[in-house]
Amino acid sequence: MTTSEMSTTVRRRDRVAVIDLVGDVNARAEDSLDTAWAEATREGPDAVILNFEGAGYINSTGIALIVGLLARARARTIPILAYGLTPHYREIFEITRLADFLAINPDEDSAVRGAERSST
Amino acid sequence: MSTLTGSFRRRFLDRAGVDRAVRDAASAKPVALVDEPPPVDIAPNDPLLAYLQGASGVVGIETLELDSPALTAMKAAGVQLAVPLVSQGELIGVLNLGPRRSEQDYSLDDRKLLDNLAAQAAPALRVGQLVRQQQAEARTRERFEQELEVARLIQQNFLPKQLPDLPGWEAAALYRPAREVGGDFYDVISLPDGQVGFVVGDVTDKGVPAALVMAATRSVLRASAQRLVEPGEVLERVNEHLCPDMPPKMFVTCLYGVLEPATGRFRFANAGHDLPYVKTADGSVELRARGMPLGLMTGMAYEEKETVLAPGDSLLLHSDGVVEAHDPDGHMFGFPRLKEAVATYPGGGELIDLVLADLREHTGPDAEQEDDITMVTLARAGGSTPAEEGSAPMRQLTEFDVPSAEGNERLALTTVSAVVAPLGLTDARLERLETAVGEATMNAMEHGNGYRADQPVTVRVLSGSGQVRVQITDQGGASTDRENEVPDIEAKLAGLQRPRGWGLFLIKNMVDEAHETSDGTVHSLELVMHLDDNSEIEHEGGDDDDE
Repeated sequence: MTTSEMSTTVRRRDRVAVIDLVGDVNARAEDSLDTAWAEATREGPDAVILNFEGAGYINSTGIALIVGLLARARARTIPILAYGLTPHYREIFEITRLADFLAINPDEDSAVRGAERSST
Repeated sequence: MSTLTGSFRRRFLDRAGVDRAVRDAASAKPVALVDEPPPVDIAPNDPLLAYLQGASGVVGIETLELDSPALTAMKAAGVQLAVPLVSQGELIGVLNLGPRRSEQDYSLDDRKLLDNLAAQAAPALRVGQLVRQQQAEARTRERFEQELEVARLIQQNFLPKQLPDLPGWEAAALYRPAREVGGDFYDVISLPDGQVGFVVGDVTDKGVPAALVMAATRSVLRASAQRLVEPGEVLERVNEHLCPDMPPKMFVTCLYGVLEPATGRFRFANAGHDLPYVKTADGSVELRARGMPLGLMTGMAYEEKETVLAPGDSLLLHSDGVVEAHDPDGHMFGFPRLKEAVATYPGGGELIDLVLADLREHTGPDAEQEDDITMVTLARAGGSTPAEEGSAPMRQLTEFDVPSAEGNERLALTTVSAVVAPLGLTDARLERLETAVGEATMNAMEHGNGYRADQPVTVRVLSGSGQVRVQITDQGGASTDRENEVPDIEAKLAGLQRPRGWGLFLIKNMVDEAHETSDGTVHSLELVMHLDDNSEIEHEGGDDDDE
């Protein structure tokens, strides 16, 4: 297990923005996450999907960053979905009740379908 | 002018009106003058003061008529002129002049010159007086802070460095000094036949005097406990030792109890200390035993009582800093609320954490702590069997230090994971332990050591009795910068809680047991995973098996 700085890319699938998270979600991820969020929401998407397939270590500070994203999404009524979480981090998302506010999906297609359902 | 200066006699009054000789302000050396008349003291109620205060300039002493002892003394000393030094309407000094060396009278020009001199000297003198006053106040403040630091050091050096590891029991303690260090103390004493003595006490007064009496009490109590064991006899002996040398108006309250870990029998005596509480299956009860505080008078007897701590019971020893904490409206936390907390909350370190959270809620988050806070808890594991109580000692697998620097929690969790992996935890449970170790190390580096690289976090891994224990220790035993708030996602999303604050919550949810202990020096969090419990949390969809 080695430390890896997080990088993000933002993709569009129709009216849904997908943020790919690659690396560790910790305090150092804040700037990258902020930039990605600004880019993903610039055109007012129907939903934002967080792709955790490339994510490594997620600590409590990383959880706090995701809570921050959820708060911002709530303010703009943009649904957030997620996929690609390992069972361990899915458990953590459930214990912290992040999963109540961010729908967890098994893969990207399911997440996109979920996003489309939530926007109709 | 040499004649004039040669005859100067300088006398000043401080702000309280007390007359005192003032030496040369710059050099702090007296100016050596020839033919100086002896100094004249002016009492604060002497009418000469009022006269000089109201005078418009130089005052001729020889012709002045007042019923004033100071005036009489000045005349006898040969003073001819008195020049009042007035600054902002306040008489701050008097310049006394004897006869001119030429033996001629003072001329009108001389008097004008003296008036001008007084007008310029008075403000300068006042500035000098104020500077001196501020310097004296700064020295007093510095001395006070140094004394507080000495008191803190004494207190911390006499607190136990660690608590005993008693199979089937959980002991936890907290000592949190107030800014003006009080006289709280606690101690844990190993006694013959596996018995353990528990002490909590409070010396009246604060600062160094209280710390010194605390140190003496602890030493005498330790020595007496080894010889006598019976708690009542021990307190009697301590009282006899302390009485002859106890400073006036000081005394010590103290609760001393002896635990037999194998049976749960707890014998105790009380020298006027706040009553301990025991949580039993029927709620919380007070442990009462009569006795006068230590150091008040000789020949005191101390009632001895006993109880049995059953499996699941927990005991709280505490100091008055808990119940006497005030809310902003002046209401005390109070005994009933503490008793209720003991009845409601789990025992051990968790009880201390929860009582602290209640206290914080009661006083308000920014309130300065009024008095030292000390809590010692002793909890007997619920339903423990004799086999568990007599289980094999823990074996240390590794101990290492992690420098307190951002990101270093990864070093701790990977090292612990490698050491623990062969013990048979499933991958999922190992991953949970990793997360707990990472979070605990982060908390220790940040809240305990303030990310100071020269203060490492110590990690110990032990195994035995079907458990693996990871102890994470920092140097912030007195730190108040710990997570106390239970995180609530909805409150966080509504902006009512900060986004952070998940660490301790995650830790407690990731491991089977988490025990927190603190004293004035170090803080330790012990994470426990049961090796024979590999059950997994089930998730919806059933796709969460180890990958």
